[in-house]
Amino acid sequence: MDRGSSYGGGPGGPGGPGRWPGDQGRVPGQGGRPPAREEEDASSLVRPYAVTGGRTKPRYDLAIEALVTAAPYPPRDVAVLTPEYRAIMDLCRSARSVAEVSAMLRIPLGVARVLVADMAVEGLLRLHQSRPTTTGGQPDLRLLERVLSGLRKL
Amino acid sequence: MKIVVGGGFGVGKTTFVGSVSEIMPLTTEAVMTAASADVDDLSAVPDKTTTTVAMDFGRVSLDRELILYLFGTPGQHRFWFMWDDLVRGAIGAVVLVDTRRLEDCFAAVDYFEELGLPFVVGVNGFHGEFQYAVEDIRDALSISGHVPIVQCDARNRESTKQVLITLVQHAMSVHATAAPGTTSPSWT
Repeated sequence: MDRGSSYGGGPGGPGGPGRWPGDQGRVPGQGGRPPAREEEDASSLVRPYAVTGGRTKPRYDLAIEALVTAAPYPPRDVAVLTPEYRAIMDLCRSARSVAEVSAMLRIPLGVARVLVADMAVEGLLRLHQSRPTTTGGQPDLRLLERVLSGLRKL
Repeated sequence: MKIVVGGGFGVGKTTFVGSVSEIMPLTTEAVMTAASADVDDLSAVPDKTTTTVAMDFGRVSLDRELILYLFGTPGQHRFWFMWDDLVRGAIGAVVLVDTRRLEDCFAAVDYFEELGLPFVVGVNGFHGEFQYAVEDIRDALSISGHVPIVQCDARNRESTKQVLITLVQHAMSVHATAAPGTTSPSWT
């Protein structure tokens, strides 16, 4: 079940066909139609991270502290997911931040961001962005009050 | 939610984070492309190198749905471009200061000031020793009178908590006094 939760191999490790998120079933090198949501999968020239299919830009602008949880009813059979996906699903049974996904699975932050965003798009993860605005302004007063009272109760 | 902890190398950022975190501080690594001056000209950057920047962080559950993360900034200030990502949406920052090496925190102070991110200065006194008065430190750092400076012991949970509380209160007052629309730093 937990096989493949080691990421020591680096980007070169999980590079086989069908291991890249969203690439399941795609015939490498063929012009066959890729599965859904592959259209924005752009740069094949740059492949810093094999597990992300070469993409470095996540589909969401994810804060490093953005919380994610595994969807209670994943739209796909978790058993057929890539090892990376499964490890993230396991980890996110309780809420985790993108930074924790990165640290605990030993994958670079940029890779964690891309994977988590992909999984959110696929409905495997739920995103809980605490950031109130997409423009990245600071948290509003109501949130700050909650933080303050939480800190005082520690 | 997150709070950023800045300051020079070895000033006690990870200790500070760890004293209040419910988990052992974790480390996340970001692979940065050390961009040269001509960033966009891909053909002309054969010597482009990548650098790994490690960041320690901790986690504090505040209520059932609210988790506060404390991120230590990477010590090397040439990685300022990473800080941008770090500070985006942050409540504010704590700048930890070691009075024996005051100048180590200048970069952090400058950075947070420039961004308009609320910050407090935590003077980390080992063994409860504080050689300098708070106002002397304020002068030395030339920071404005409204920025709180607190003495603390990064190893002590209660002390760290107090610094964080001071920061959140400061962020709230900054919020309350500024006219709407002027507090948010402009992100590029």
